[in-house]
Amino acid sequence: MSKDIEPLFSKKNRALLTDPLDDDNPITVQVLGICSALAITVKLEPAVVMTVSVIFVMAAGNVIVSILRNVIPTRIRIIVQLLVVATLVALVDQFLKAYAYDVSKQLAIFIGLIITNCIIMGRFEAFALGNGVWKSFLDGVGNAAGYGWILIVVAFIRELFGSGELWGIPVIPQFIYDLGYQDNGLMLLSPMALIVVGLYIWIQRYYNRKLIEKD
Amino acid sequence: MNRDSNKHTYIFAVLMVLSVAFVLSFTSESLKDLQNANVKKEKMQNILSSVGINVTRDESEDLYMDYISEELSLKSDGTIDDDIDAFDINLALEVKKDSETQRFPLYIANVENEKFYVIPLRGAGLWAEIWGYIALKEDINTIKGVSFDHKSETAGLGAEITEDWFIDSFTDEKINDSQGNFVGVYLTKSNNDPRNEDKMDNEVDAISGATITGDGVSDMIIERVQNYLPYFNNISNE
Repeated sequence: MSKDIEPLFSKKNRALLTDPLDDDNPITVQVLGICSALAITVKLEPAVVMTVSVIFVMAAGNVIVSILRNVIPTRIRIIVQLLVVATLVALVDQFLKAYAYDVSKQLAIFIGLIITNCIIMGRFEAFALGNGVWKSFLDGVGNAAGYGWILIVVAFIRELFGSGELWGIPVIPQFIYDLGYQDNGLMLLSPMALIVVGLYIWIQRYYNRKLIEKD
Repeated sequence: MNRDSNKHTYIFAVLMVLSVAFVLSFTSESLKDLQNANVKKEKMQNILSSVGINVTRDESEDLYMDYISEELSLKSDGTIDDDIDAFDINLALEVKKDSETQRFPLYIANVENEKFYVIPLRGAGLWAEIWGYIALKEDINTIKGVSFDHKSETAGLGAEITEDWFIDSFTDEKINDSQGNFVGVYLTKSNNDPRNEDKMDNEVDAISGATITGDGVSDMIIERVQNYLPYFNNISNE
């Protein structure tokens, strides 16, 4: 461990938060967590609920794994990480059921998806096991936010063109429907999530040239 | 300390599992009452919404007392079992029992001097169970209203069964055909009745892309309501 005292938000630490939003985005660059991105981006509201839950689970999980990193036996570390995620998700679920029942009904479907989200296990394994508590916390928040940002963008596009609504409120005025416009039902089906993510990756690489692989 | 020794591995695993088990069971036990209260209020809210009274979850307990005049537990032959509290019957368990021991809850609502029979529904959607309530008017034929809920139907497709536009299409539909035989209400794509003006056809529009969930709704209406036919026969013969 270095003896120099690093400021809480040094340039390196800020990068932990901001890199996953664009340069090192878990979905569009590392291509992790695609499975849940397909499942829950039909509407904006569950996507936002999922984002908030993943931010909590990932930040808290990264902190716990980071605290335990010197005592976790190497051979069973994956099981221990799984236990940490599962416990946190179960706790969140219990509290929501008691204090925010409506949100918990929204979330019920996604509990399993949070536990199996490969980004979470990926960050525990790749980052929290080798870094300090504060850095792990920032890394957790950053990656979860990078994941959530994509969810929200995709859900925005799918809900707008798929059901003509945003957050469950109709936003496309009636006269456009009267002119013959129809909601695109295909947007509600999972393949369109993949296509929208693909388009995002295309646009992202157009503006961020360093992401383009040179063979 | 060698953290990769067998001894350390076992001790760590045992301590970790014990502490997680303790934290989880402590949380679960201490939040249980709040959670059960939420579930109970939601049930009351859903029963009220099927007879057209929309309330928030917090108001539901008081208004339930005002509007629901009777709760009956019915045996499969239509007689009333006074020993069992109808509100506490778990329909999910009940439908698996044999017909001798089955008890079906029936709620009777009195809203502005009109009497409604509220029948709980439970069936299978695409991914998991779906449930709801159907309220019949005093003629035991016309639907006053319905409410549906689901565990994990697809958002935007099967999950639309909880939306008002779908629920409203059931209002005033009949559960009997023109000869007076019980047939239920079918969700169909061949309804040919886009404005749902024909209330005698026992059909409402299905939801595109949610065929399995829709069939589940049709089936659960038939399967559950027919359990109450003996009771309705008994009271119409009186």
